[in-house]
Amino acid sequence: MTEILRLEHVGKSFGGIRAVNDVSFSLQQGEIIGLIGPNGAGKTTLVNLITGVHPLSMGKVFFDGEDVSRQQAYQAARRGLARTFQIVQPFPRMTVLENVAAGALFGGQAGSVNAALEMSRAELAFVGLEDFADTPASSLALPNRKRLELAKSLAMRPKALMLDEVNAGLNATEIDGALELIRKIADRGVTILIIEHLMKVVLSISQRILVLHHGELIADGDPGDVIRNPRVVEAYLGSKFAARVQAEGHHV
Amino acid sequence: MDIVQILLNGIVLGSLYACIAIGFSLVWGVLNVINMLHGSFIILGGYLTFFAWQYFGINPILALPFIATTLFCLGYVLQYFFINKVVTAPVLTTLTLTFGLDMILYNLMTVFFTATPRRVTLDLGTLNIGDLYLPVDRLLGMGLALCLTALLFLVMRVSKIGRAIVAVRMDRQAATLMGIRVNHVYAITFGIGAFMAGAAGAVFSMVFPVTTNLTGVFLGKAFVICVIGGLGSVPGALIGGIALGLIESIAGYTIGPQNAITVGFVLMLVLLVIRPSGIAGVKGYE
Amino acid sequence: MMKSLLHYVALVLWLALIASTPLFADNYTIRIAISLTMFSAMAVSWNFIGGFTGYPSFSTAAFFGIGCYVGAIAQRNGVPLVLAWVLASVFVAVFAALLGAIILRLKGHYFAIGSIAIVEVTRLITSSWGSLTGGGDGLNVPLLQGNPQEVASFVLYVMLSILVLAFCTSIYVDRSKLGFALKCISQNEDAANMVGVNTTVYKIIAYTLSAVFCGTVGAVYASWIGYIDPTDSFSILLTVKVPVMVLLGGAGTVFGPIVGAGAFILLEEVFWANFLEWNRAILGLIIVFLIFFLPNGLLKLDYNRLFKRLINKKARTPRTMDGTS
Repeated sequence: MTEILRLEHVGKSFGGIRAVNDVSFSLQQGEIIGLIGPNGAGKTTLVNLITGVHPLSMGKVFFDGEDVSRQQAYQAARRGLARTFQIVQPFPRMTVLENVAAGALFGGQAGSVNAALEMSRAELAFVGLEDFADTPASSLALPNRKRLELAKSLAMRPKALMLDEVNAGLNATEIDGALELIRKIADRGVTILIIEHLMKVVLSISQRILVLHHGELIADGDPGDVIRNPRVVEAYLGSKFAARVQAEGHHV
Repeated sequence: MDIVQILLNGIVLGSLYACIAIGFSLVWGVLNVINMLHGSFIILGGYLTFFAWQYFGINPILALPFIATTLFCLGYVLQYFFINKVVTAPVLTTLTLTFGLDMILYNLMTVFFTATPRRVTLDLGTLNIGDLYLPVDRLLGMGLALCLTALLFLVMRVSKIGRAIVAVRMDRQAATLMGIRVNHVYAITFGIGAFMAGAAGAVFSMVFPVTTNLTGVFLGKAFVICVIGGLGSVPGALIGGIALGLIESIAGYTIGPQNAITVGFVLMLVLLVIRPSGIAGVKGYE
Repeated sequence: MMKSLLHYVALVLWLALIASTPLFADNYTIRIAISLTMFSAMAVSWNFIGGFTGYPSFSTAAFFGIGCYVGAIAQRNGVPLVLAWVLASVFVAVFAALLGAIILRLKGHYFAIGSIAIVEVTRLITSSWGSLTGGGDGLNVPLLQGNPQEVASFVLYVMLSILVLAFCTSIYVDRSKLGFALKCISQNEDAANMVGVNTTVYKIIAYTLSAVFCGTVGAVYASWIGYIDPTDSFSILLTVKVPVMVLLGGAGTVFGPIVGAGAFILLEEVFWANFLEWNRAILGLIIVFLIFFLPNGLLKLDYNRLFKRLINKKARTPRTMDGTS
């Protein structure tokens, strides 16, 4: 396995407050990794640091062997480091197809607007939105908006994809659909980092779990081990939940 | 010229500037509207003061509350019936609308009052302390301007409507849920902005000649002061106003009065880019 | 497709009508035609930043004014006419690109205020830099050769060329990757960044495009009028008028700016001629009317519905008359 993304002692302070502190980990190509942590743990900030939305206060980020610590957000997208947002961010007055085409045109390799539109049809079919191609993005319901975000990111031909709370606000059936989609994306060889607070989602799909608490990485390992890790239990899960998981033999 | 005299002139001028900018800053901060009418409101206040004094012999200080209240009503009506309809639209729309309204008001003023410079001459003499030379009317203007500023500060802090304005500024939706009539509060806010502009105009007409040709100048000053002092707060406008007064006074002495205004604008542009919260960085009325 | 073809045909006819004015009309009408073309060109320019990109720019007058002065000063120093115009355009483009790199970091209200301040600052600097610009007294520009009729037609054709060039650029932008990027930026700048749009560079390109044609128009205008001063060249009225024209026609569309500029200038002409004293108030009323009744511009009006409503009204009127009589 080759390494795709590596963080070395990454940290970020906002006006003296340490939002992320000395985080180091690395992701291998084709992995599905879960990043969990209680609200305010710094998960989204970490994604913003990796994708160049915020400049790093300290540390380094390497992507595909290249030092990308000082990159801008648009450069991350072009390098193949894509992400979705916790709050979906469509271009409201464009059609669904055009939204995806934006990803293909600027983040992907499409040479012209027409080529981008053509490429985007395939991605829409992949996420199951082909019937909505010509409707305005603003008229989609939430689950479909999330799919649109995915299609837009996929059109950028990413090597790694970070999904920020991609399941928030979805019901159980919708989540199952989304998980299936995520597995399909991973099958294409895309490394996936899922940022989630829903335990079920992360445990069932991830090969590895990272736990962030107060901006620090407190665990990194196999899902079964991580939920038994006393620090994680204390910080995040609550002992009751951990006990139940053990009792039910819920191993992944 | 004596440095103390330059600073003193700057502070006197700056207090008047603060009074000019405060209503503009309030409207921008609370309604998120750049009020292009502001300059014309000031001139209207000045003209009305002049005519009350010229034709009816009313003392400007007595006339001031009535004129300012008239402006309040005008502002309330304009906001309630016009600007409120597009208040959530992008800046291009609201700015263009207030510019259009300003063209109408400006035209009405030039037709009815003409553009002749007018000034209330009170002949109060000057105060000489040592080498310092201070016209009493300017001191009076400064005193009035500071009183008005303090009054607005108190209204925002203590009164029920002041607190409602603050609430709407912080979160329009939450304020609606609390039972605040947002449209009414917006109209009141815009009215207060016009009130302060009218009062500033009245004060100005006692110190300098006013004419419709100055509407743009006053508006420009309001821009600069808001950016220097930071948006939407009484202390911010006061600091910004006095800062601009001092800058113009010092620049006027060192590099000539015609360049003093340029310095203010350039400073504003620089500040906009490097520190949009203003040098004072004062947060709103909270 | 049909509809857009119709638009192109209408536009060609309109431009042909303007171009033919020297053949049949008097000098006064040609002047109106010049005014139409130069404002159309500036409206098309503004559309790059204000329409496609959605940035409320009010710096048109600064670009126009700098164009006037650079063209005039170059000519007074012996630069040949056309070269002076080119020089003015290039100067304005470079100025806009450098300025854009700084002020396009601002958004919304701050950008609006910043862009208006640019007009004020350029005007003040021009007024006080007397040795170069003649200060408040203004500057005489070498007059164009020929009788008034010839000069006017010449200026008209130059302005028309600028308009056509600006319009073709805008069609190209609308269909290209650049236009797509600008639309992304106008709808959601953060998301645009996230899909890989280099927003800074694209915004600077849009801002520069919005400036360069105004610079050329300014330089040609200066040669035509023969005299420029700071108040006229850097006028706040101009800087708001141009966006209003675009809004009137339909911002972000290819044809909107030309429709809007045409409607605005013709209306203005009528009011100038008949209500000189109330000219400004009437323009103000047009703006207020526009904001409330035509928020999307003339082009996006639903004419079919409007037409049907009119027919319905006509159909209803006789019936009520029958009822009352």
